[in-house]
Formats: sequence, C-alpha cells, structure tokens
Amino acid sequence: MEDLFGKLTLQALPHEWFTIGGAISMTAGGLGAILLLTYLKRWKWLWTEWLTSTDPKKIGVMYITVAVFMLFRGVLDAVLLWLHQVLAGGGQGYLTADHFQQISTAHGVIMVFFVAMGLLFGLMNIIVPLQIGARDLAFPFLNSLGFWLYVAGAILINIFFVFGGEFAATGWLAIAPLSGLEFSPGVGVDYWIWSLQISGLGTLIGGINFIVTILKMRAPGMTLMRMPLFVWTTLCSMILVVSVFPILTMTIILLNLDRLLGMHFFTTGFGGNPMMYTNLIWMWGHPEVYILILPAFGIYSEIVATFSGKRLFGYTTAVVAVVAVTLLSTLVWLHHFFTMGADANVNAFFGIMTMIIAIPTGAQIFNWIATMYKGKIRLTTPMLWFLGFVATFTFGGMAGVMLAIPPIDYQVHNSLFLVAHFHTMAIGGALFGLFAGISYWFPKVFGFKLNEKLGQYAFWCWLVGFFTSFVPLYILGFMGVTRRLDTYDPSTGWQFLFLISLLGAGIIALGIGFQLLQIAVSILKRKENQNTTGDPWDGRTLEWSTSSPPPSYSFAVIPTVDDRDAFWTMKQAGKPISKPIFVDIHAPKNTASGIYISAFALIIGFSLVWHIFWLTVLGFLGVIITVIVRTFNDDTEYTISASEIAKNEEKRGIYG
Amino acid sequence: MSIKPTLLLLISLLFLIVILVVFFITTQDVALLNPKGYIAQKQFELIKFAVFLGLFIIIPVFSLTFFTVWKYREENKDKNFFPSFGNDSKMQVIFWLIPLIIILVLTIITWKYTHLLDPFKSVASEKPPIVIQVVALRWKWLFIYPEQGIASVNFVQFPKKTPVQFKLTADEAPMNSFWIPKLGGQMYAMTGMQTQLNLIADSREEFSGSAAEISGAGFGKMRFTAKSSTEEDFEKWVNETRSLGKELTQYEYDKLLKPSEGNPVEYFSIYDDLYNVILAKYQPQNGSQINHYNHTNY
Repeated sequence: MEDLFGKLTLQALPHEWFTIGGAISMTAGGLGAILLLTYLKRWKWLWTEWLTSTDPKKIGVMYITVAVFMLFRGVLDAVLLWLHQVLAGGGQGYLTADHFQQISTAHGVIMVFFVAMGLLFGLMNIIVPLQIGARDLAFPFLNSLGFWLYVAGAILINIFFVFGGEFAATGWLAIAPLSGLEFSPGVGVDYWIWSLQISGLGTLIGGINFIVTILKMRAPGMTLMRMPLFVWTTLCSMILVVSVFPILTMTIILLNLDRLLGMHFFTTGFGGNPMMYTNLIWMWGHPEVYILILPAFGIYSEIVATFSGKRLFGYTTAVVAVVAVTLLSTLVWLHHFFTMGADANVNAFFGIMTMIIAIPTGAQIFNWIATMYKGKIRLTTPMLWFLGFVATFTFGGMAGVMLAIPPIDYQVHNSLFLVAHFHTMAIGGALFGLFAGISYWFPKVFGFKLNEKLGQYAFWCWLVGFFTSFVPLYILGFMGVTRRLDTYDPSTGWQFLFLISLLGAGIIALGIGFQLLQIAVSILKRKENQNTTGDPWDGRTLEWSTSSPPPSYSFAVIPTVDDRDAFWTMKQAGKPISKPIFVDIHAPKNTASGIYISAFALIIGFSLVWHIFWLTVLGFLGVIITVIVRTFNDDTEYTISASEIAKNEEKRGIYG
Repeated sequence: MSIKPTLLLLISLLFLIVILVVFFITTQDVALLNPKGYIAQKQFELIKFAVFLGLFIIIPVFSLTFFTVWKYREENKDKNFFPSFGNDSKMQVIFWLIPLIIILVLTIITWKYTHLLDPFKSVASEKPPIVIQVVALRWKWLFIYPEQGIASVNFVQFPKKTPVQFKLTADEAPMNSFWIPKLGGQMYAMTGMQTQLNLIADSREEFSGSAAEISGAGFGKMRFTAKSSTEEDFEKWVNETRSLGKELTQYEYDKLLKPSEGNPVEYFSIYDDLYNVILAKYQPQNGSQINHYNHTNY
C-alpha cells in the first residue's frame, strides 16, 4: 500500500470538524454545479464558449470568477480567525493552536496569490489589449495555460479538505526553519509549496505574455508615452513579475529539496542557513506588494480622468513616478527583517530606501487631486472607491513610513500594528482599486452597468467596516499584541478591541452581501442599465471605442492613435466615422491543451505532496506529451470573414 | 446617494474612531505609549515625531481631496469647469517637493536614531551592564546569568537603572523574536547565531514579554515576565535561586529541550558555560548535527 499511495493513508483523510466541514461543503458545491450544468444542458456551452477559449476577455472573466470564489474562502478564514481571537479573551477559543495557524496561513496565501493576483490578471486580460488597440495577447495559448495553472494551484490549496492532510501552519511565507522537516513534518508545507509553485509558474508565463503584448502589439501611433496609465502600470508590474517570481520559484525549490531529499539549505544544522530563506523570500515578497499595488494606481488614474472629464494631470511625472516605484521596490526587502540583527548602517540604508518610495507615491496622489481640480466630477461607484483609497492609503502610508524607521520597527515588527498596516495597503490600496476597476469596466464586458445604489451601499459598508476592523488592530499592536496569536490572558484587556474588530468584519461582510446583491439585481434588471453605445461613462481610452460586449475580434479595424486619451480625441474631432474596408481576421482557435497540462501539473503537485512517485512520473509524462502534441499542431487559427465582420459592425450603426 | 447623508455618515465615523482611540490611549495601559526605559522612551519619541511629520501629508491630502471633490462635483453649478487645465509645471514641482522635504527630514532622523538605538550597543550608564544569555526553546525562554551562575525559565529579573545586555540564541527551535514592549523593541533569536539586545528599566515593575515570531503550536503561550527590582532584591533573588534551585544538568536541559506549551517558571543553578555549548553545537566544524550534542563534553 505504501508503494501505491505514499504517505496518503486512511488516517490522513478528513476527520476533524473543520476539514470535514470543508469536505462536505466542497463536495456539495461541486456536485451541485455538476447537476445544475447537466440539468441546463450547458456542458458543451461551458467547454466551447469558456473553458477552452483563448479570448483574453473571456479568460479575464474566468480569472475574476475564480478569484471571487477564493475571496469567499479567504474572508471565511478571516472571520474564523477573528471569532477565535475574540473568544480566546475569555480564556479559550474554539480552535486548536495548530488549526488557528493553518487557517491564518491559508488566509494570507489565498488573499495574496489567489484573490489579489486573480482579480488583477483578470482585469489586465480584459482591458490591456483593448486599451492598446490589440485583438489579443501576444501568445493566446500561453495565456490560457497560465490561467489554468492558476486554477490548478487554487485547487491544490483546497484539495486537502477532500483528500486529507493539512495545510501549512507556518505563516503565509513559510519562514524557515519552521517550514523545514524538523518543525513541520506534516504535508501542510508541501501543499503550500506545490500550490505556489504551480500557480507561480502561471503568473510568470502571464508576465512574459503581457510584457511582449504591450511592447509589440500596440496600435499604430500609440507610442510608449501615449499609453494609458493602466497599461504603463501593468507593464511595470509585469516586469517586476518576471524579475522576482524566479526568485520565489528557486527559493521554494530549495525548501522542497530540504524537505523531500533531506538537503540542508535552510535547516539549522549541517551548515544550512535559515536567514538566507528570509532574505530570498522577501526579495520576492516585497516587490510582490508593488506587483499588486501598481496596477491599482493605473486603474485609479483611468477612473479619476474619466469621471473628472479631464486629462490626467502630470502624465509624464506619473509615468516617472511609476517607473521609480518599480525600481525602488526591488531595493527595500531588508525592511522586513530589521530585527534579524543587521548592522545599523545596513538597517538605516534600507529604511531610507523604503521612505524614498513615499516621494513618487505622494506626488502621484497630488497628481490625482490636480486631475479633479477644475473638473466636472461625477461621484459614481468607481470614483467612490478611489476616494476611499485616498483616505485609507494615506493613513496606511503614514504607518508604513513609521515602520520604515528601524528603531520604530523594532517596537512594532511582528505586531498587529504591522498586520493593520499591510491590510490597509492591501485592502485600501489594491483591493479597492480592483473593485473600482471591476465596477468601471463591467459595462464594457457585459453591456450593462452595475446597479449604482447597491454599489454605493457596498462601498460605504467596506469603508466603515474597514476602519472599524483595523483601527483597533493598530492600537492592539501598540499594546504589544503579536500577530498570529491564538491565545492571550483575559486580564490584558485586549478582548474588547478584538470584539470591535470583529464587528468591523461583520460590516465588511455586509458590504460583500451588497456586492453579491448588486450583481444579482443588475443581471435581473439588465434591460434598465443596458448600454449599447459601448461608451457608458464618456470614456477617454480605446477600450470604449468598441461595442459592449466587444466582439471576439475586439476591433474590426485596428485604430490609429494620434494622441494620449485616443478615444477622447477621436470623439472631440467629431467627424462621422466613414465606413472602413473590412478584411478577414485570423483569430486563435480554442484549445484544451492548457487544461490538460494543468491537470497533469496538479497531479504532479498532489503526488509530490504525498510521495506517490509513480504518479509523479505519469504526471510529468502527461505534461511532456501534451506539450509535444500541442507544438506539432499547426492548425491553431481560424478566419473570421470580412463579410461576417461587416454584417456585425453594421448593426452598431456608428458609421455615418 | 446624495452628498449630505454620506457626509454625515463619514463625519460620525471619524468622530467615533477618534473617541475610541482617545478612550483607549487614556484608559488602557498601552505599552508603547507608556515606556519604562531609555530605549523605549526614545522609540516612543520617534513614533510621536513620525506621526507629527505624517500629518503634514495627511492633512493637506485629506483637505485638498475633500475640497476639490466638493467644489467641482457635477451637481455644483457655480464652479468653473476647465478641462484643458492639465500641465502646470509649478504645481508639479510643489507636488514632488512636499513629500521630498518631509522624507529628507525623516532620512536624517532615521540615520541618526538607527545608530543611536542600535540594539547591539550598550545603553550608556555609569553602571556596567549585566549580561543575561537568552535561549529560545520550544516553547519557552531560558535565561542564563553567567556571572551569577543561575538560570531561569520564563522569568527574568534584573536591577533597575542598570543596563541589561541580552545575548540571544536558540536551540532546537525555529526562529524566534524576543520582545519586552515597555522596555524597547525586539530582536530575533536563532540557532547557531548570537544576536544582542541592550535595554534598561527605569523603575521597579513587572513587565510582560513575549515571543513575537510564529514558532509552532506553543508560540502563543511562550510568554515570560521580566522584573526590574532594586539591587538588593536582585541580589537576594540570585542567592535564593542559587541555593534553592535545581542544578541545570544535562538531564534537566534535555527535559527543557522537549517541546512544551505554557511551561511554568523554573529556577536553576549552573556551573558550566552552557550558553556557549549551545552556540557551538551548530558550528559546522563541530559536527553540526543536533544529535551530536549528547556527546559534547558539557
């Protein structure tokens, strides 16, 4: 049996209440979905229209869908943790220390890798090609593969609910030597390793794809300095991905060698050095923060310009700011471990480098304000998210500057103050930006706007809930409460603040409820909010020049750009668009190869977690064979005929 | 949503938060705001200074944003919409100068204070520092007093107004972080490595200390008490511990090495240089494997 199933035994199967609960809800959810699809006879539709699609707009929607499901999981984890911490103030919570730490690790990993990254790649897929006037990404198949690797990672991180085992109880970065075999002998860290390794590969592939797309596939006339700011920030973010994700991959490989083959890179014996792990993981980890935040900056720039009816103020300095932040973000990683005993010169240097990032960031915030100045500001939902971002981000930025001063960091490092700080940046900065982007571009993708009123309710719940949850955490940090704390003495007086914090979580949950309701109501009443012009917000950039939803080929004729805010300039010129001569378009065919490769990658990951090595070999063979078959497939494109396009475009009635 | 109820909501929210913060800071014992030693005192001063400088960004950003949105909102009829306003180079220079100046000030302060408050530097005092060796174990803190010949678990005592030099390492435990918030910031404790943390307490008090870095299941209960006392009390405690405490033999130390949660306070007397034996255990030329420890001549 051991040869057949490795370390996977009956004892490993779910047997604790929280894994059993997860197992039941996941199997029930899966079965429900299967039954529903069968009942509605939608299997074929799902497969051909969505799963195998290489259209970046559809891949984007799928990314966002998966990310939203992962968001539910992440929020559920957060609530479980919060509730436990409140109850722990009475002496005893309801989770064991080990469960608590597993959930806390899962929460962090899921929110960063599967929610934020998923929403980000989703929006980039939908919008970047449209904004640069391209019909597709440079490598449509790789795009599909990258998405499916991300899905494989997301499945692997949840699969222990069904197949057993546990998740890492090490904190989201699995800091060595805690993540080594000596202190974490279970399979939890291995699940962590392989889900990040597989999804990280997808991210890297996506990064290369977007860089090539942005550099090589812009519409004629769109010089670098005419690119919308979202494209600029995506470019910088993806350059960071390509620069630092290999570090993550290598670090995890070394950790895996320690665990799988008994090597000693990061152990405390045999000359291994755990400090090197901390160093390497943060060399990736800090830029990762900017990988998430930079595109959010881009989204805010688009939204502020559109809803103020003005050009972005100081475009050139904004680009300079974004590039400066990109470069600086790779030079500050040591501030995550000032307390590891480095020399005062070293600590001071990295502290100062960190603060310097505040200069371009601060200037950028002033640029946005100046964009609104003398504008005609429409306070729509996306705009509210932006204002919420200004409020939270400035606040969190101040906490960040405090953390950058090493002697202050000695006092608040690893405390809830730090936790509150990075949640302020991640929620107020990145997540609000992604929500803003979703409500801004939703009508582009689906042809109708989201319900404004419910969107605004959701926003206010999030904003109020956010401050109610996280201001107590700042104070708790000052009271000396460390992060990931599963137990504390009732006499400390912390319980009250944890309770307020939980209340805030409730308000945020209400906000999420409003968001779900908003989507449901908007779909039901889609006729009322329909927009057939393709330009519901009086937009400025090229994506608004297509119909909503855009046809699969996006642009019937690739536009020629002669200014920044290209679509705005076209509208200002006010000339009736003369009917162009349509030509045949070659588009990439659907492909299921990405799904097969990712399925085999999932098998590799799962078998390595459990040391089922015969299955690993099969998985590798599967990947190699699928890649070879795909490589020799020359029939990857189909033609959309000119007459079909002409018929389609006539319907829009935009040609004078 | 119209502007007015929204505005009311926002203002009442801000008001609530301010009340909450003020209430807590004044009624509760917020460790970082009640420093009890020179190091923590200086760190508190820095925190206040950083917040003060931060207000130079927060106040203009908040008021400018609010003013702009209010004045130039679509519903406001008496504004002057001027969409071509877009590239005022004077304004851009100011936008970069404001954060630049603030950060410049912070840079100087950071350089100065990082060197002044270097945890490896002894706290200036007329008295010589007392050395306490700290070993992070799973999941308890072992304190060794090499000069006094005693050791204790999860409890550390030292005379007030005397600089304390903590020398930190760990044994058969993940990376950890040693933190007494009221006396000053934290420092990592790692196997095979020695770090230092220099602190001083001004008054007689019992401080709460913790392990700030996650280190496995018992991490939450890995707390200790740090007591600063008069010199006489300290001497008395040392003598009592030396005469009453068990001897920290190999057998006793092996027991401490076994993982335990919420370990009670224990006292020992010691005669050998245990701390350096622990450090040497992880040096590569020393065989470097944990199991070899039993063969070392301790």
